[in-house]
Amino acid sequence: MNALNSLMDGFGTALSPLNLLWAAIGVLLGTAIGVLPGIGPAMAVALLLPVTYGLDPTAAFIMFAGIYYGAMFGGSTTSILLNTPGESAAVVAAMEGNPMAKAGRGAQALAAAAIGHFAGGMVGTILLVALAPKIAELAVDIGAPDYFAIMVLAFIAVTSVLGSSRIRGLASLLIGLTIGLIGLDQMTGQQRLTFGSLQLADGVDVVIVAVGLFAIGEALWVAAHLRRTSGEAIPVGRPWLGRGDVKRSWKSWARGPFIGFPFGAIPAGGAEIPTFLSYVTEKRLSKHKDEFGKGAIEGVAGPESAASASAAGTLVSMLTLGLPTTAVAAVMLAAFQQYGIQPGPLLFEREPELVWGLIASLFVGMVLLIALNLPLAPLWAKLLRIPRPYLYAGILFFAAVGAYAVGGEAIDLVILLVIGLIGFGMRRYGLPVLPAVIGVILGPAAEQQLRRALQISDGSVTGLVNTPFSVTVYVVVVLLLAWPLLKKLIKRGSSDRTVDA
Amino acid sequence: MTTTTEPVSDETEPRRSWLKEHSELGVSVLLLVLGVLVLTDALTMDVDIAQRGPVGPRTVPIVVGAGLLVIAALLAVDVLRGGRGEAESGEDVDLSEPADWRTVLLLAGVFLATAVLIDPLGFPLAGALLFWGAAFALGSRRYDRDPLIAAALSLLTYVVFNNLLGVPLPGGPLMGVL
Repeated sequence: MNALNSLMDGFGTALSPLNLLWAAIGVLLGTAIGVLPGIGPAMAVALLLPVTYGLDPTAAFIMFAGIYYGAMFGGSTTSILLNTPGESAAVVAAMEGNPMAKAGRGAQALAAAAIGHFAGGMVGTILLVALAPKIAELAVDIGAPDYFAIMVLAFIAVTSVLGSSRIRGLASLLIGLTIGLIGLDQMTGQQRLTFGSLQLADGVDVVIVAVGLFAIGEALWVAAHLRRTSGEAIPVGRPWLGRGDVKRSWKSWARGPFIGFPFGAIPAGGAEIPTFLSYVTEKRLSKHKDEFGKGAIEGVAGPESAASASAAGTLVSMLTLGLPTTAVAAVMLAAFQQYGIQPGPLLFEREPELVWGLIASLFVGMVLLIALNLPLAPLWAKLLRIPRPYLYAGILFFAAVGAYAVGGEAIDLVILLVIGLIGFGMRRYGLPVLPAVIGVILGPAAEQQLRRALQISDGSVTGLVNTPFSVTVYVVVVLLLAWPLLKKLIKRGSSDRTVDA
Repeated sequence: MTTTTEPVSDETEPRRSWLKEHSELGVSVLLLVLGVLVLTDALTMDVDIAQRGPVGPRTVPIVVGAGLLVIAALLAVDVLRGGRGEAESGEDVDLSEPADWRTVLLLAGVFLATAVLIDPLGFPLAGALLFWGAAFALGSRRYDRDPLIAAALSLLTYVVFNNLLGVPLPGGPLMGVL
């Protein structure tokens, strides 16, 4: 088993004392930031990006893996104890977890969530180890037209699967693509949208875009509508589970990953859909259906496990195809680009130490997560009481640090603010933020692949669809685009039938 | 998504409330302006220099610009037909109150001031002012505690990033003295 050997080497990298330290710091920081109300995993990862700037890529990504899992775990703590999920994937955790906490079973809810995360992450990462090298191997021969097709799929999926309005999703994507155009054209050096400014000729750094849209935009948006009375966090002791709870939860923990992992790997909105699917499944299979809505432990265990596994699934498409399927993956891709590393099929060949070190540190991170977070839970719960002015002032502060650290230029702070104001406007008018970020990150790459493909085919458009892979991807794109129409037809068909009957 | 029709007294009121109701048309206008901007930039581009391959540096901007115009039109139609973008909710967001523009402007001002001050004053001072200013704008009025927290946070961040993590930040005159 080649993958196993590589993984062992990866553990060699991840378990060196210094890397172990980075992983531990990552897990702690990620959890602390993720627990803070109002900060979802994407913002946590974006805000913590500058922490890794001074490190070498391997150490940076090992720390990143810890931040990612830590932030996800922290988010569920917030939903359970505060009942105000910051992001859609945590909604389900609040549905059963908060009633449990209110009934004095917060410790059990947190334990079910933590072990769910552990189980889901473990199974998900094992699937990642098994599948990712195979996919990378298959994808290693794919060429420019295939890459372009994948990116078109990412654009279409992110605008039509997420959010309620396709028009608004597309508007957001186009805003992102426009920002991505700023700077010198990669193939000819032609200035585009720079208006003669030397600052803009370098383009707008994706990290600044991500921090601006996720952190500044969010902080300004919350500032405009700050709830004057914050919800009371429920105090909690050290998480533990009784034998009855374990008996009820273990099947849910085991089922979650198989719902979460596939959804994470495809561009379908990350953990949102699988957590709901897992919830519905658990409700249907549970012997305690009457408890659902009032604090059923299966409703915490299953969805949290699914969410964690979907994070691993996300990494499969991110590492093997360079395709970010969630906001966090988008920020991670931006981080890879910071180091001049392009994730994709060749990553496993070119940077084996980094990739396998990263994957091994996912396992290490999960063990650290459960070892540190169970005893520290009461401390994390205290973070929920942070005064809101400090919280949002802190977000602005660290966003400024991150943007300044990118290039040491004060003008970047102004660009950050402008992008933050765009993010504010987008939140006000219901434009989803993710398509814009994906547009900025993938736009320039997609353009390059498009031009390369057409160069090979000498300008003939058939050059874009001359491989079975690209044709398959375009079929999926067409299906996604036609889905609302199909749904309407199906609905009309079924309603006709009911009228006939 | 609420369609509140408030009682109107004089004649300017209906128009104003119509505009308020349809303020999303502003997004449409912005997209239109952006589209025109991208298209003009692309069309006025001087592409005689070394164009490699059949697709030059203008093609994608033209597609994006045209897309922006189309989406601007579609969004306008959607808004006029009664479609509304849903304002984002969140843990600390209370959408039942009208937007507090004063806070947003204050925060933006504090942030701009930081951008101006960071090079002359250095990070520790400018960062502390940013945190205190932002906390003040957000309603914190603990004059004994806020500046202390701001100074400690800023100094600690500077030391951790600059000295431990190897991410250079400007020390400014303060660090020169210390």
